[in-house]
Amino acid sequence: MHEKTIAELAAALQAREVSSVELTEHYLRRIETLDDALNGYITVTAEQALEAARAADDARAQGRAGALTGVPMAHKDIFCTEGVRTSCGSRMLDNFVAPYDAGVVERFKAAGCPVLGKTNMDEFAMGSSNETSYYGPVRNPWDTERVPGGSSGGSAAVVAARLAPGATGTDTGGSIRQPAALTGITGLKPTYGRVSRWGMVAFASSLDQGGPMARTAEDCALLLNVMAGFDRRDSTSLERPEENFTAALDRPVKGLRVGLPKPFFGEGMAPGVARVLEEAIDHYKGLGVEFREVDLPNAGLAVPAYYVVAPAECSSNLARFDGVRFGYRCEDPKDLLDLYTRSRGEGFGAEVKRRIMVGTYALSAGYFDAYYLKAQKIRRLIADDFARAFQEVDVLLGPTTPDTAFRIGEKTDDPVSMYLSDIYTIAVNLAGLPGMSLPAGLADGLPVGMQLIGNYFDEARLLGMAHQYQMGTEWHRMAPGGFK
Amino acid sequence: MSLSRDEVEKIAHLARLAVRPEDLEGYARELSGILAFVEQMDAADTEGVTPMAHPVEASQRLRPDEPNEPDRRDRFQAIAPAVEAGLYLVPRVIE
Amino acid sequence: MQWETVIGLEIHAQLATRSKIFSGAATAYGAAPNTQACAVDLGLPGVLPVLNEGAVRMAVKLGLAIGADIAPRSVFARKNYFYPDLPKGYQISQYELPVVSRGQLEIELEDGQAKTVGITRAHLEEDAGKSLHEDFHGMTGIDLNRAGTPLLEIVSEPDLRSAREAVAYMKKLHSLVRYLGICDGNMQEGSFRCDANVSVRPRGSDTFGTRTEIKNLNSFRFVERAIDYEVERQIDVLEGGGTVVQETRLFDPDQGETRPMRSKEEANDYRYFPDPDLLPLDIDAAFIEAVRATLPELPDEKKHRFMEQYGLSAYDAGVLTASREMADYFEAVAAACQGPAKTAANWVMGELSAALNKDGLEIGDSPVTAEALGGLLRRIHDNTISGKIAKEVFEAMWAGEGDADTVIEAKGLKQITDTGAIEQVIDQVIADHPQQLEQYRAGKDKLFGFFVGQVMKRTGGKANPAQVNDLLKGKL
Repeated sequence: MHEKTIAELAAALQAREVSSVELTEHYLRRIETLDDALNGYITVTAEQALEAARAADDARAQGRAGALTGVPMAHKDIFCTEGVRTSCGSRMLDNFVAPYDAGVVERFKAAGCPVLGKTNMDEFAMGSSNETSYYGPVRNPWDTERVPGGSSGGSAAVVAARLAPGATGTDTGGSIRQPAALTGITGLKPTYGRVSRWGMVAFASSLDQGGPMARTAEDCALLLNVMAGFDRRDSTSLERPEENFTAALDRPVKGLRVGLPKPFFGEGMAPGVARVLEEAIDHYKGLGVEFREVDLPNAGLAVPAYYVVAPAECSSNLARFDGVRFGYRCEDPKDLLDLYTRSRGEGFGAEVKRRIMVGTYALSAGYFDAYYLKAQKIRRLIADDFARAFQEVDVLLGPTTPDTAFRIGEKTDDPVSMYLSDIYTIAVNLAGLPGMSLPAGLADGLPVGMQLIGNYFDEARLLGMAHQYQMGTEWHRMAPGGFK
Repeated sequence: MSLSRDEVEKIAHLARLAVRPEDLEGYARELSGILAFVEQMDAADTEGVTPMAHPVEASQRLRPDEPNEPDRRDRFQAIAPAVEAGLYLVPRVIE
Repeated sequence: MQWETVIGLEIHAQLATRSKIFSGAATAYGAAPNTQACAVDLGLPGVLPVLNEGAVRMAVKLGLAIGADIAPRSVFARKNYFYPDLPKGYQISQYELPVVSRGQLEIELEDGQAKTVGITRAHLEEDAGKSLHEDFHGMTGIDLNRAGTPLLEIVSEPDLRSAREAVAYMKKLHSLVRYLGICDGNMQEGSFRCDANVSVRPRGSDTFGTRTEIKNLNSFRFVERAIDYEVERQIDVLEGGGTVVQETRLFDPDQGETRPMRSKEEANDYRYFPDPDLLPLDIDAAFIEAVRATLPELPDEKKHRFMEQYGLSAYDAGVLTASREMADYFEAVAAACQGPAKTAANWVMGELSAALNKDGLEIGDSPVTAEALGGLLRRIHDNTISGKIAKEVFEAMWAGEGDADTVIEAKGLKQITDTGAIEQVIDQVIADHPQQLEQYRAGKDKLFGFFVGQVMKRTGGKANPAQVNDLLKGKL
């Protein structure tokens, strides 16, 4: 049953081949037996999931079922879930039971999807390997000595290991696409403003965007149909007509103009990744896609600019974690300053503290212009680069990551080398564009991701292009040994 | 930009983060490394470029002036570390 | 040396919206602690701000009233600092691009001269909560009901030259925001509060001295006393060869002095940057015109109209237009009294104001409505009662004994205008006082008043004084 995609499970539910309760119980059993090896879930919500599954089955019996009614899924533990701990992978929120649902969570509830649990993640979504979680690292199901990527590493691992048919993730600098690539699944970061940020714990507000993670582009489209939509509680949510992201999946890609960004194909990309990309490009050529090289002259500055903008915003966003109204509070504070510094010093992990300090510095008097303002200007240059490229081409294609999954502990001592694992994904967030990663092959037995980048609001085109690839290839069906 | 221990201490204080004295050196090294990395930005000519604070070119939406939030104090204070008489408690504040 | 005082005021006016600036929580004053603090006000994880249209309208209204520029695009920024009454660890405010800039306000100085005070800017921001320092086992209690209440911070140019001028400016602005209906002006509840930037310099100098900022002045009297004290203090420091330290100070009304604020000692670095949760606030011409259409008649316009329409002196018109409530009340009285507006003005500024003062009431709470007062004055004009009796009737009306006609009827205060009846009384008085009559006739003219008084006494003050005079003259 867990071999089925979301689309197939939805069909099976509709055909009454299986009930939501049976399906949910099946996944809960898999989680129980297999997740110890992965640590993909922080909290498993078996009871609530089964209750929701029963409600979904009732709804179906009464003819009130929607497209995904009864399909279980998982939420990254950054989305607030009413009555369920929402930890954000941090000791700071280990005791935080959210008093409300995130907008995205509400939408999945309304769609009738039982929630299996909350997935592990880098602390406050700051990390590219899932090693910064207070709940311990997540392991890559393809090789449990390796990282699954981050920060949505838990969601990626449980989808790859078939411990959930699909999951939500968030992407601030690559946090959906990079783990999707390293675990061999499909993930999409929508255009900034597509998906409500209400109730999604903020890391860097102008970059954060929730999105779907599943095994196929079609599944991502189905999940995005649920997730995307206007939310008046989020000032950055965009009011747009409802869109059906599955509608264009079958559109042929013949004649599509696809750009290959020069800086994405230079040195730094591992040979195994380069070979997989070449094969993928050949496959698309066979489908009639026209390729041309495009330049993104400022792409090389994306990572440095990002590591100013994101920490600056996070230093302010994380100021509310002060031990006063919720969350971790240190023992016996001797005065107010002690309450603040120890609650925050003990509640946050090392990487979060590093970024808060970098951001605090970048915004402080005397350094604001040289760091924060400079980064915002580079951000404009990068967005302008993309705008120029999209005058010539419809989609950009490149690698998602420079290499396959690295070993746990390999990069923890060198923050900068860790940051560079997002070198191909970060520019997309700075510009606010949609991007996705889909599995395109293996290198030394580990999954390699291909990244597609679209113009604003062009998710349907990206999903269609990915779907056309998956119609003719088998990479998205690969399952890691031991989790088949 | 290379940060000294003193500067790290100052930043940590501004960010209200307790840092053990023995960790200052490590932070100074790591933060200096990150700053050196981000200073690659200096290579770009940004003369006359308008800073981009936001990826979307849109205007702030306005909400009608209508109170619509119920009192949920009990629910919110159930997750608070210290409350009394409906107030959040903190160590004494001196003005 | 002759010193010149330089003052600029930063006034925080709480906007009279029903809900908060970035959340749907109510803003009503006096609710139980934290019952009007929603998830957004508490800064819980994942919550987001959405801007209140009412607050924007009110800011634009003020901008139009002070002839200021309304920014077509303004930006909300975060001011970062840690304090327990600041739930998010930052205050959402406006920094580089405020919604209102470059306005002005005309004030009247004591010598009657007008002075124009520049207003640098007015920006929207959110208020913080309150710290309660009563003893909770040595802890401080935090109430966040006020957190997120919209504020308009109105910053003047350093154009003010004395504490009196500062107070005149503050009063004028206070009157204006209440006219506009954008702030209730209640200073005790903190709806209208002031920080004063004060410095002194040698007269004739064109550079500024080092200034200090006196925080949280919540009455006109405190503003005056605090500035006067601070000016003296700074002059003493400078004349003693010292230098003024730039710092934040608090005014202690009990000691009548300002003192450095301890908690603000360390230099703050607020790290302002554009709030990424909010988009730029764009205000187009249509919005501005819609707000302009709702502007009431402003105090200065009203004052001039009162002088012309009602023939009032500049002083009277000024007093009556000091608040919109008083002006409205006066106009309603003037309309209802069917007599000279000057009488209405005198009664509103005299009897009514005195009675309000005595009972500590606002004009809106007056037990005698404008229509009722107009009804009373009508009875003066139509000679039903005298002005003196009217005061007695007013007192009864104030005590809740009914409208003027009811009181006059019940107390039998109606003026006696029947000549025969008055003559009868005069005859009795003359008959009862033969001695005085003799003296009067012998040339002691002063006794005329005695006879008038006796007649009035016997009629309980109700005889028409003019008729009494005429008839007495004939009889005597």
